[in-house]
Amino acid sequence: MDVLWETVSPLTVREVSERLTERDLAHTTVMTVLDRLAKKGFAVRERDGRAWQYQAAASREAYVTELMLSALDQAAGDRQAALTRFARSVTDSEARALRSALEAFEDRSGS
Amino acid sequence: MLATVLLLAGVAMTAVATATMLATAKWPRRAPAAAIVLWQALGLGWGLAAVGALAALAARPEHGGVAGGVLAFAAGAVTRSAVPARQPLVLTALRLASLTMAVALLALLCWVLAAACTTALRTRRRHRALLALLARGDPKVPGALVLDHPAAAAYCVPGLRSRIVISAGTLDLLDQAELAAVLAHERAHVRERHDLVLLPFTALCRAFPRSGVALQAYQAVALLVEMLADDRARRARPARELASALMRFGVAGAQAPPSGALAAAHAGGQGEVVTRVARLLEPQAGLSRPLWIAIWCSAVLLVVVPAALFVIPL
Repeated sequence: MDVLWETVSPLTVREVSERLTERDLAHTTVMTVLDRLAKKGFAVRERDGRAWQYQAAASREAYVTELMLSALDQAAGDRQAALTRFARSVTDSEARALRSALEAFEDRSGS
Repeated sequence: MLATVLLLAGVAMTAVATATMLATAKWPRRAPAAAIVLWQALGLGWGLAAVGALAALAARPEHGGVAGGVLAFAAGAVTRSAVPARQPLVLTALRLASLTMAVALLALLCWVLAAACTTALRTRRRHRALLALLARGDPKVPGALVLDHPAAAAYCVPGLRSRIVISAGTLDLLDQAELAAVLAHERAHVRERHDLVLLPFTALCRAFPRSGVALQAYQAVALLVEMLADDRARRARPARELASALMRFGVAGAQAPPSGALAAAHAGGQGEVVTRVARLLEPQAGLSRPLWIAIWCSAVLLVVVPAALFVIPL
């Protein structure tokens, strides 16, 4: 997937294999992985002659943002129930209360 | 059958009234586990009683229990013997209407539960797949995945293949001891499957999107589950580590305005994070034994009474 994210233009299976030089992977392995990524919707492919050309469906940053949005409780509707978060988002007044509590706490542990 | 109807309707209304009081009560934070059990009993008892009361209206009085009466009515309706000459047609129509409502309510409750499960499973599957592509391990947080993003976030993707995720922002924000406390908290969620506790209440909100009580129930249980995980983490790590992690989190996360329903929830009363911090820094004694027994007895009664009325005639 990193290979797809690094290149702008669509890549064939062979081109992806060539870029994965540090790992000696069989052509069929790469093909299977790319096929799975396409099925899951993370990569899009189009036919170019006899070979499929693959491209990332969205940028790495877009996916990280998607994960963080659900992590920060801002995903739509009842999707938010899918994850259990450490702390929910707080209001400004609550943040002020927490800031002063934290300062008092640090003073105490510092002394 | 009238006594059964009234009793079941009474249980359903008591459950709603108790839920409203429980949402603002102070004792749950001293015993989150008992309070969660009571919430579950309220939900289940209300569902049974509401469906039962409607079904009991349709049940034929000469048969035992709601279930038997409804079966007799249904069997009679099929064989057309339910409308003997001396029974007014209006009565039969009313019975049919209440039976339809009972079935509809039961179907709605089952449907939202199934839908909530499916949504959660699908969202988690996509989330896990993306994590496999994007996240990395880090020696500072053993057993957790790190997501490269400057904002502070720590959460778990519950399930059979659970994941604990910490953002890079959190790694910068917290020191080693605080990170360990956060991990202990998240592991408690994963180990005790707190997501399953929360799921029926998500479904309830979905079934009654305009109901204030359903939303209150969901929020109360969500907070109790966090407190429960705080308590578990406190066994392994000092409470002050978790408390300071919570405070840093709250202060750092304040830039993100809470959305929709959450904003409304925060408008009244003390904030959740503040409550949890106060609870960690100034621990209160648990419940007294009589109170504890009373809570468990009411929880059991709330479920057993409506369930028994389905089979026992009054």
